[in-house]
Amino acid sequence: MFGQHFLILPVVLPLMAAPLCIIFGHRLFAWLLATLVSGLSFVISINLLLAALEQGVLSYAVGGWEAPWGIEVRLDAASAMVLSVVTGISTLVLIYAKASIETEIDTNQHTLFYTAHLLCLTGLSGILSTGDAFNLFVFLEISSLATYTLVSLASDKRCLTAAFRYLVMGTIGATFILIGVGMMYMQTGTLNMMDLADRIAEIGGSRTLNTGLAFILVGVSIKLALFPLHMWLPPAYTHAPSAVSAFLASTATKVAVYVMVRFIFTIYGAEYVFHTMGMDLILLLLAIVAIFKCSFMAMAQSNVKTVLAYSSVAQIGYMILGISLASAAGLMAGLLHVFNHALMKGALFMAVGAVLYRTGSVDIKAFRGLGKKMPFTMAAFVIAGMSIVGVPLTAGFVSKWYLVTAALEQQNWLVAFLILLGSLLAVIYIFRIIETAYLKKPIESAANKDIKEAPLLMLVPMWVLALANIYFGLDTSLSVAAAESTSNWLVFSTLSEGGVQ
Amino acid sequence: MNFIIDYYNYWVVVFLMMAGFYTVIAANNLVKKIVGLNIFQTSVFILYISMGKVAGGSAPIVADGITVYSNPLPHVLILTAIVVGVATTAVGLALVVRIKHAYGTVEENEFKHKDDLI
Repeated sequence: MFGQHFLILPVVLPLMAAPLCIIFGHRLFAWLLATLVSGLSFVISINLLLAALEQGVLSYAVGGWEAPWGIEVRLDAASAMVLSVVTGISTLVLIYAKASIETEIDTNQHTLFYTAHLLCLTGLSGILSTGDAFNLFVFLEISSLATYTLVSLASDKRCLTAAFRYLVMGTIGATFILIGVGMMYMQTGTLNMMDLADRIAEIGGSRTLNTGLAFILVGVSIKLALFPLHMWLPPAYTHAPSAVSAFLASTATKVAVYVMVRFIFTIYGAEYVFHTMGMDLILLLLAIVAIFKCSFMAMAQSNVKTVLAYSSVAQIGYMILGISLASAAGLMAGLLHVFNHALMKGALFMAVGAVLYRTGSVDIKAFRGLGKKMPFTMAAFVIAGMSIVGVPLTAGFVSKWYLVTAALEQQNWLVAFLILLGSLLAVIYIFRIIETAYLKKPIESAANKDIKEAPLLMLVPMWVLALANIYFGLDTSLSVAAAESTSNWLVFSTLSEGGVQ
Repeated sequence: MNFIIDYYNYWVVVFLMMAGFYTVIAANNLVKKIVGLNIFQTSVFILYISMGKVAGGSAPIVADGITVYSNPLPHVLILTAIVVGVATTAVGLALVVRIKHAYGTVEENEFKHKDDLI
């Protein structure tokens, strides 16, 4: 009966469910509804991914208005892959959140949490499925506004200033994107992405288009926390509730990376951005500085959530590094890292949230002796930590491997060496925490005695992600196939349009 | 000289944009930061609206004897962007209210710890 309408469901379902959570105002009902809707979106996204892998591009005209007049919903393998990751992580986080937010968010604000989470999911799915540049801005702001609210829900008052900083930076970023889209419209007279790509290839560059690209790249870089525009991220992830950190770290910045890929490869074309504008060198330098600077920052922190936040910025560096190599292999490695990093950071933040739930602290001192007291939580932390480092048999190894291969393909020995060196830095900040958990004696006190394993509802989603890290480290066929088809498609489409010109 | 007069709408936009941006960066008071953010966004609204003007075009309403119309699409787009801007302002101001309750101040230099700085 639904047929073609399936394409819009991951956007519409959470949007419809969000107000219901508030109207009924019942915590358990809101949790069940949110989890159900998110799970349903996940199942639909997986089906869409399989369909996209088979057919190439899925298109749907919203309200029956054909593109380029109406807003087109357009899913290809790249967007369907990220959409599956986002909805999947969202479902796991929602299952996890029920127990987690009990200690971190006021009881009467729980329904608000589920509402904001669903709205954020709506925005993220919208960004991934829209084929319209202005529509993308609107969905970006829907997800961002929900995100600011989510961050400010924590009971620690520092979350408020963190959310405010995030709001100011995020709004400036979004407004920059709006300016850029305006410039593109000024020159081309269209907002449909495919139309834009055709007309930009026809015009072949002008000052207006260059300025638009500059605004868009800076705006998206703020949203995806590319060094040096990452200053909002560490406080926001540190002070947000753990469930929110887990969700945002593994989805929001990833979707922003996707937006950057879209603008660079689909709309402007790799040729134009990298060769005419010379963005590859700038992005490459910023990515490498991000990897090193933020890995060093991660080593120096005592708050484990801050360690993970800085590690996120460093890992985003790897994704941008892959993109900046300007080759099919590099883009594929970057997209693969988007997928894998979502799995590892989700699991890590969930493990830290479980520690916070039991010990009431996320300082590294609170981790002493937890290897014995919370064996399952810490084991999941170790697996995901290994994945961040890039130990073989984990998902992190696969993406690092493809990144190094992509760098070597261009005889870029220095970059390949720096990627490996960056992984060594990850060893230091991850093993500092693991060492504290397993080798240091716990501080004996009355409060510490009754620390026990986290509840099952938190352990299960955490372990699903941890095992996914191993599964996608061993069997790479699905993730690599998705990333490969997308990167081939993206690069191919720009090349063929270059040929027309 | 023509360069200035022909593009005067863009000069207005650039001036407002920079004034708003400067206020966001330099203001000490969080409410003023939000005001700066608003001016910054408004400048972009004007950029879009002035973009839709077609020389000699009338309002985009079908009427006898009129052949040239202004482009209505940017105006419609900017309606959406205005809604987004209002929502952002509302969330920002709500955060400022809660910051005032939690910290007792909305002046940036009165926060005690370095971590709390915006």
